[in-house]
Amino acid sequence: MMQLQCPFCGYRPENEFDCGGTTAIARPPIDCSDEVWGDYLFFRVNPKGLHAERWRHTFGCGQWFNVVRDTVTHEVSAVYRITESRPRALDP
Amino acid sequence: MRNRYSAGNLIGAAIGGHKDWAPAWLDVDPKPRYDVIVIGGGGHGLATAYYLAKNHGMTNVAVVEAGWIGGGNTGRNTTVVRSNYLYPESARLYDFSVQRYESLSKDLNFNVMFSQRGVITLAHSRHDLDAQERWTNAMLCNGIDAEMLNARQVQECEPRLDISSRARYPILGGFIQRRAGSARHDAVAWGYARGASALGVDIVQQCSVLDFIKKHGRVVGVKTSRGEIRADRVAMAVAGHSSVLANLAGFSLPVTSYALQAMVSEPVKPVLKAVTLSPALGAYWSQSDKGEVVIGGALDHFPSYAQRGSFAINQQAIAATVEAFPSLGRLRLLRQWAGIVDVVKDSSPIIGATPIPGLYINCGWGTGGFKAIPVGGWILAHVLATGQNHELAEAFQLARFHTGRLIDEAAASGIAH
Amino acid sequence: MSGYRLSAPHGAWIDRSRTLQFDFNGAEVRGFAGDTVASALLAQGIVHVGRSFKLHRPRGVFSCGFEEPTGLVDIGAGRYRTPNTRATDIAAADGMTAKPGNAWPSLAVDLAAMNSKFAALTPAGFYYKTFMWPDWHLFEPAIRRMAGLGVAADGPDPDRYDEVSQQVEVLVIGAGAAGLQAALSAAQSGRQVLLLESGAHSGGWLASQSLQGDASATHRLDDLTRQLAAAGVSLRVNCTALGLYDHQLVVALETVDDVTVRERLWKIRAERIILATGAIERPMLFPDNDRPGVMLASAVERYATHFGVACGKRVVISTACDSGYAVAASLQAAGIELAAIVDYREASAEDAPTGAKVFRGSSIVAVSGSRAINRVGVAANRSGNLQTIDADCIASAGGWTPAVNLYSMAGGKLRWVEDASMFVPGLTLKGIESVGACAGAFELELALDHAGATGRGNAAPAPVGGLGIVPARNTPTPIALAMLGRRPGKIFVDLQNDVCVDDIELAARENYRSVEHLKRYTTMGMATDQGKTSNVNALVLMGELTARTPAEVGTTKFRPPVKPVTLNALAAGRTGERYRPLKRMPGHTWHETKGGLFEEFGGWLRPAAYCKNHEEIIPAAEREALHVRTHVGIFEGSPLGKIEIYGPDAAAFLDLMYVGSMSTLAIGQARYGLLLREDGVIFDDGIVARLGEQHFWVNTTSGGVDRVALAFEEWQQCEYINHRVLITPVTSSWGNVTVSGPKAWKLLAAAGFDESLAPTNMKHMTVRELAYGGAKVRVMRASFSGELGYEINLPAPYTQSLLERLGEVGCEFEAKPYGIEALMVLRTEKGFLHLGADTDGTTLPGDVGMDRGIAKKAANFVGRRSLLRPAALDADRMQLVGLLPVDRTSRLPTGAHIVTKQPPAPIDGFVTSSAYSAVLGMPVALAMLKRGFARIGEVITLFHLGRTLRAEVVKTPFFDPKGERLEG
Repeated sequence: MMQLQCPFCGYRPENEFDCGGTTAIARPPIDCSDEVWGDYLFFRVNPKGLHAERWRHTFGCGQWFNVVRDTVTHEVSAVYRITESRPRALDP
Repeated sequence: MRNRYSAGNLIGAAIGGHKDWAPAWLDVDPKPRYDVIVIGGGGHGLATAYYLAKNHGMTNVAVVEAGWIGGGNTGRNTTVVRSNYLYPESARLYDFSVQRYESLSKDLNFNVMFSQRGVITLAHSRHDLDAQERWTNAMLCNGIDAEMLNARQVQECEPRLDISSRARYPILGGFIQRRAGSARHDAVAWGYARGASALGVDIVQQCSVLDFIKKHGRVVGVKTSRGEIRADRVAMAVAGHSSVLANLAGFSLPVTSYALQAMVSEPVKPVLKAVTLSPALGAYWSQSDKGEVVIGGALDHFPSYAQRGSFAINQQAIAATVEAFPSLGRLRLLRQWAGIVDVVKDSSPIIGATPIPGLYINCGWGTGGFKAIPVGGWILAHVLATGQNHELAEAFQLARFHTGRLIDEAAASGIAH
Repeated sequence: MSGYRLSAPHGAWIDRSRTLQFDFNGAEVRGFAGDTVASALLAQGIVHVGRSFKLHRPRGVFSCGFEEPTGLVDIGAGRYRTPNTRATDIAAADGMTAKPGNAWPSLAVDLAAMNSKFAALTPAGFYYKTFMWPDWHLFEPAIRRMAGLGVAADGPDPDRYDEVSQQVEVLVIGAGAAGLQAALSAAQSGRQVLLLESGAHSGGWLASQSLQGDASATHRLDDLTRQLAAAGVSLRVNCTALGLYDHQLVVALETVDDVTVRERLWKIRAERIILATGAIERPMLFPDNDRPGVMLASAVERYATHFGVACGKRVVISTACDSGYAVAASLQAAGIELAAIVDYREASAEDAPTGAKVFRGSSIVAVSGSRAINRVGVAANRSGNLQTIDADCIASAGGWTPAVNLYSMAGGKLRWVEDASMFVPGLTLKGIESVGACAGAFELELALDHAGATGRGNAAPAPVGGLGIVPARNTPTPIALAMLGRRPGKIFVDLQNDVCVDDIELAARENYRSVEHLKRYTTMGMATDQGKTSNVNALVLMGELTARTPAEVGTTKFRPPVKPVTLNALAAGRTGERYRPLKRMPGHTWHETKGGLFEEFGGWLRPAAYCKNHEEIIPAAEREALHVRTHVGIFEGSPLGKIEIYGPDAAAFLDLMYVGSMSTLAIGQARYGLLLREDGVIFDDGIVARLGEQHFWVNTTSGGVDRVALAFEEWQQCEYINHRVLITPVTSSWGNVTVSGPKAWKLLAAAGFDESLAPTNMKHMTVRELAYGGAKVRVMRASFSGELGYEINLPAPYTQSLLERLGEVGCEFEAKPYGIEALMVLRTEKGFLHLGADTDGTTLPGDVGMDRGIAKKAANFVGRRSLLRPAALDADRMQLVGLLPVDRTSRLPTGAHIVTKQPPAPIDGFVTSSAYSAVLGMPVALAMLKRGFARIGEVITLFHLGRTLRAEVVKTPFFDPKGERLEG
């Protein structure tokens, strides 16, 4: 069981949080093609390694935030606000 | 050398101290070129190779496996085989698989111990009963056996279930697919490997695919840790790592990888008869022939490629177990592990061509790939051999994620498949 | 009868002043407080305690710890029976009963022992080669009965378990010498330290030395223990670390007692973890090495020193390393007769203890006595020279296996050390270090120095080795075996699962050569001991057979738990209602007094109906529904989802969330709305009311409120971050009492509600805030029944009193409570959508006729784009319609399927809701039907569990199509 650092509440056990999957996926406009819309809805890079994802501190402050986490070791290398962008050093 | 497996041959071999048994399959070095390369020596990959040889006469085929055959999800799952699906497309697909399982031991001359002990889905409310009557009717319409059970009948099938009204989720009944059951997972991989090897397929273990070789945008082979191998067609059946290979090939999939845990208790004398699933408790149970109570639970809650699993989910599955079977509370957990599963939005597989010419895929079975090994292999072999989708595979193409024509079993039934 | 109790002072862990007595297999066993079941049995000379898994060969106690493969007993009876309990890992208790689990009819006469006569027919994996003809099903039941070990309890476990979470700076696992030293150094450098010890006492190997009068060891241990207490280290004994999980979480199990709490689960999060879990002895391999009386040498030593038990009257030590000699010295010090030392090596630096006979370069080749050893045959490995020794115990010392389970679980990779013949941890992991024997450090001074440095936080890699050179292989040579002049006995590698050397040879021959194939094919290492004493021997053998090093064969991944753990200890009380607590409505007791029959609906306990006498739920619901149509009914809707939405952008935000427009609502107005997921599927529904320019009151389904509030938050926080909106779920703060029926207003008026709420003054789908009975209430005119209806939302604590008041004044109007099922009848009569019944995870708004007006709406609401995908535009999607039985009397069951012929048949649709309408005098149903909107008037065939029915497709609502009853 992981321990995540909520930017607002500090370190808390994994079961206080929900993972919202890959973060920063742009929502296409209504007049996009079916391909673009399908890609947005379903297709993901799903990396084996560093993954920028969003988490919510559901049983806490309820806030969303971003995490860069290794999907193999589960090591967290960055935590940043939902409005911030992924630290450069951790670009894929 | 003894090849044929039978009681008579076993007795004959015993006299000589079992010194003359042939290898179950041959390990070979890869040749530079094949008609077909199948990446992934799990059940699906091995079955694909076997059916390429058996159904289509294609024997110039290699199965390349990064580790050891059957070592991925084939060897980590809870071995349930069933076809209790709601939609006709799924029902036909999975029932084709159950039918193959029914004759698999004899087909492969390898006892895969398919045991049709019945799979019961419990109903914990009147709404559940309504939903299960819908489900049962759908299965009957699809030509698959299904039967509603009342609480007393459920208890006859599984006497240690707590059917008292005190239970947090009282059991009001359920439905059963009697033809469903479980099989011995390793035996399925080994049996297909032995069958394929006997028909001339090359099985190459310890061979990692490092990249795809492309010519004019078409995949014409793979670079591996044991050199380049070329082929007319390449197929991948690498559940859990489908995205990794797809990314290498240059396309993405509607797949996210999650850890799915399973666990077993210490072996005890028979306590469970059937396979039982409780949607409300989020767990399912059976007892292996060895006597271990096999417990499966929900997916871990976040993407992962680590075959470990979160303790929180482990605890949840155990709590569900002692809630459903209070008299098993003093058993001990022996071992817990996890496999990495391809989770697709509609919990249905993807089998057929990829956006990259020459490359074919079998993925997306989610938590239920084991039961589909025969059909997965059969229809992937079909498209590899003929270039045409098998009719059973038509609905399960990648294009459905753009048209929206999902086969959403989980959504319709409210149960993770 | 071979073992016996040594006299004091031997046996430091037992209290000879407190005797106890328990029953083993019908025999009375006496022991002392501090004994384990195993030590008491051994002290009484009982060596045959169980039968093996496959061959049912007699087996005895093999070890002195939780690595035990064979000494398994079922403890207790009835609801307390605990199968497969390691006799070495459970304290003996007065009055306890212990039974062998895998023997029938008795331990001495076990019918299944016939299996061993046919062992030649049952090599590894024999079942894959046979039982196929005529069918596996004929053989499986017998095999299942034969399999398993012990017998599960007969009923629910009466004991209690609990769970504690803890956070520490440094966690040291294992209180042997290295663990004590590491904990001490860490504490002395100012860290908060917790030290776990799986046994009842600290000291580990050092403790087993210090009791022989070895002054320096005793002094050392005393010194460490004293300093530890002074440094403030907390020591928790009887607590085994079971697993190491992400981000340094250790889960451990503490054995407490059988009175208050039986076992306690600890979840310990540590900044640093120091593993000091020691090593497990590796047995020698020789024919019939499974006989009761063959034991690990370190166990024989520990039984003598800790429990004052001699495991035999004449002990032979079989060894391939120096540690065999140390044990010999200990046994001699304890006064136990040493028959011989059989050393596999040709030469060794160690001297034999005075008087002991040493066979160098020799192996045991024969063991006689099936239920207890009486003689041992020893042959020289090179010459084969054979000798026979009288002995009743063999102490087996084939080297050591560092206990690297936790290191491996944390993702650590192992390294094979050829000289010491063992796997040790490879690289140090972040925050997780290994000290002492589990790191491969066996030489005491070096190990302590390293542990001290690690505790202080400045460790170099651990020194490895310290046992002399240990040969990887320890099985007798063919020459030695040939001297027997007969076929030698089986050499067992996995004692519990009966995996022998020839099984490993067969696996190699048949190409099951990788470690995972070996394990799975032979079942090697898959028993309840998970191969703790057998895996390395198997890997060495497989390596030799296939010309590879053990490292190339590989080790299987270590998995939690380190030792088997009670399911109930893991569940730790999460059963019954604590599994998932139920919510109770604020008016719960009122419904109880009214005879409500409670069922769970979306996590809430709610009255399904108020049954009279022995009335069933469904007839009661039909009666209640009719009463609402004719009089007035009272319903508690407190679980109804309630979310307050405030802010300057509240209206715009809701337009982005709902299919319909909420920004056009006037203050005081309410509107039904549908919520979609981004894939277009209906997600929730409910009424949205506008209370102010910037304030909305959102009602959702009872079961859906949590996910709706979370979805709103997600969209607001992650996508519409510039919308100034505050989203506050308030479901449990507000009670909801709904009054429906033609006399609804009369009832409210009688209860003293303001005249402004009268139907003439207040329109349908409007909301008023006003004071009532000292509380601020929100009254909405809305109706899920089609009758005149008021939803009175009020502070939750007032709910009960309002229900009571309405009940009292309602006598005059025959106001009666109605339950969920009556509500379902009423809404089905009206054709109102019920989410989760009429919809599933595939239903789009158009399927239920709710896509009107979308084209005119500006906002790109959630899910809108998905409604334009080809699948959403398919002509033959299923659509929600009404059904009436052709005979107007047969009920149309929910879940019945619409077919065009007798199944198997293509599915045309299915019934989603069904009710008998008392007011209409006939059954009614809703169904999803392909192209249903265009098929009104068609007669269709329904299939339900083998029956068929005929029904007519009709428009809804069935009742009051013009909605005239809304005004009372």
